[in-house]
Amino acid sequence: MSLITPDFGLLFWMTLVFAIVFFILAKFGFPLITGMVKKRSDSIERSLKEAEEARNTLKQLAEEQKRLIDEARKEQARILNEAAASGDKIVQESREQAKAQTELMLAQAREEIRIAQDTARRELADEVTGLSVAVAEKLLRGHLDTHEKQSDLIDRMIEEARASHRTQTLN
Amino acid sequence: MHRIRRRYTWILALLLVLLPAAASANEAHGASVPGELDMKSYIFGHIGDAYDWHITTIHGKHISIPLPCIVFDGGPHVFMSNRMEEHGYTLNENGKLVNAATGKRPLDISITKNVCSLLLSSILLVVLILLTSRWYRRHDALKEAPRGLPGLMEMLITMVTDDIIKEGVGKDWEKYAPYLLTAFFFIFLNNLLGIVPFFPGGANLTGNIAVTLFLAVCTFLAVNLFGNKHYYKDIFWPEVPAWLKVPLPLMPLIEIIGMFTKPFSLMVRLFANILAGHIMLLGVMAVIFLTAKLGPALNGSMTVIAVIFGVFMDILELLVAFIQAYVFTMLSSVFIGLSRQQPEHETKQIETTQ
Repeated sequence: MSLITPDFGLLFWMTLVFAIVFFILAKFGFPLITGMVKKRSDSIERSLKEAEEARNTLKQLAEEQKRLIDEARKEQARILNEAAASGDKIVQESREQAKAQTELMLAQAREEIRIAQDTARRELADEVTGLSVAVAEKLLRGHLDTHEKQSDLIDRMIEEARASHRTQTLN
Repeated sequence: MHRIRRRYTWILALLLVLLPAAASANEAHGASVPGELDMKSYIFGHIGDAYDWHITTIHGKHISIPLPCIVFDGGPHVFMSNRMEEHGYTLNENGKLVNAATGKRPLDISITKNVCSLLLSSILLVVLILLTSRWYRRHDALKEAPRGLPGLMEMLITMVTDDIIKEGVGKDWEKYAPYLLTAFFFIFLNNLLGIVPFFPGGANLTGNIAVTLFLAVCTFLAVNLFGNKHYYKDIFWPEVPAWLKVPLPLMPLIEIIGMFTKPFSLMVRLFANILAGHIMLLGVMAVIFLTAKLGPALNGSMTVIAVIFGVFMDILELLVAFIQAYVFTMLSSVFIGLSRQQPEHETKQIETTQ
């Protein structure tokens, strides 16, 4: 049956035509297309890899940035704390200083007052002494206007002096 | 949804109106008894080869394109097929060209229907692929992707290269890619053209044993010419117990038969699938003409069934056209890959040295 016996004419033309088609396509067709497609897919793959790398770098940068910000924030907190502490210290110090100053001034004032009191007391004592001397003089002038009175007094005074000396030695 | 269904109803109704007319127009074609269909000449006239390209028959008048006949019968003779008798040649009972005087077959390389279809489809294939490659030559493939025809071709080429060739052949696939791609597109295009029922298509080229024989021989050569040492050692001295090969070379014999059965199966698979598809489709269509004498009611209803089955078969054939091209290419690349396989312990060594 002719259906399953290959026809020579068709086989001849098939060989010729297929060989020519294969030659043309293998030379000008497929290698160019597959090469270009491969190039493009390579380039897409490369771009994807680059994008991935860029993404990673970006991530690292973001992390770095975050770390820097964290550090800065910590530093800021530390500086603020320090400032607060030193401010407290300064206030404390100045308070203490003021206190000391006040105390010093108070002491000086007290000293001055004491000196003034002493002076006043001494002046007063002097005055009183002067006055008592004057009063005593006046009194004495009145009491010792006679000789007997004067001798009496001298005697009494000697007596007193003896008595006081005696009590002193006894003691 | 409803509107679409209504539209389909209209199309179906239109087809029903047209089909009896087509049936009566075709009734006369190839009929030995008037009004009856000669199944043998109907089917073999479509799937076989011919010296002219028959298009249709209207009122008993054949409309066909005459094709050039080239014969060597003591010297070259070239004539158109409709002038055959004038040059002293006629057709024998098998439809082959013979010398009218002696009845012998000359050396015949006529441009038959199949050869004409082969030429047309080859031109189409070359144009399609070269148009695609021209796009790549004119554009920077790194900056843009093709659209339209080059885009479609690129998709198919990428599919064949990535899914079939790289998987099947393995290392050095680039060397075989042009042949395998050419075979794929050649088979696919001719399968598709075979389904088209009128002039540029309709020839049963990939369902012709000469064509599939040639393609199988190509694969056979690609497998066996470039097979490596390991492949030939496995054929002539396989790793089996010695008594299977020493006094009587049983295994080598089986392996050598295997060398030929692989491309043989390729040849028969493609041939039989496409031929069977054509015969099935023709058979379904023949139902319309066979039931013509059974009255208009039965003929009409059978026509509807035949058309529905015909549409189904046509869609199935579209699928088969692709699958057979795919299978042929895939098996070819697998056979090539097997002929270039490295033995396991050697590949291990290579891996460890790397």
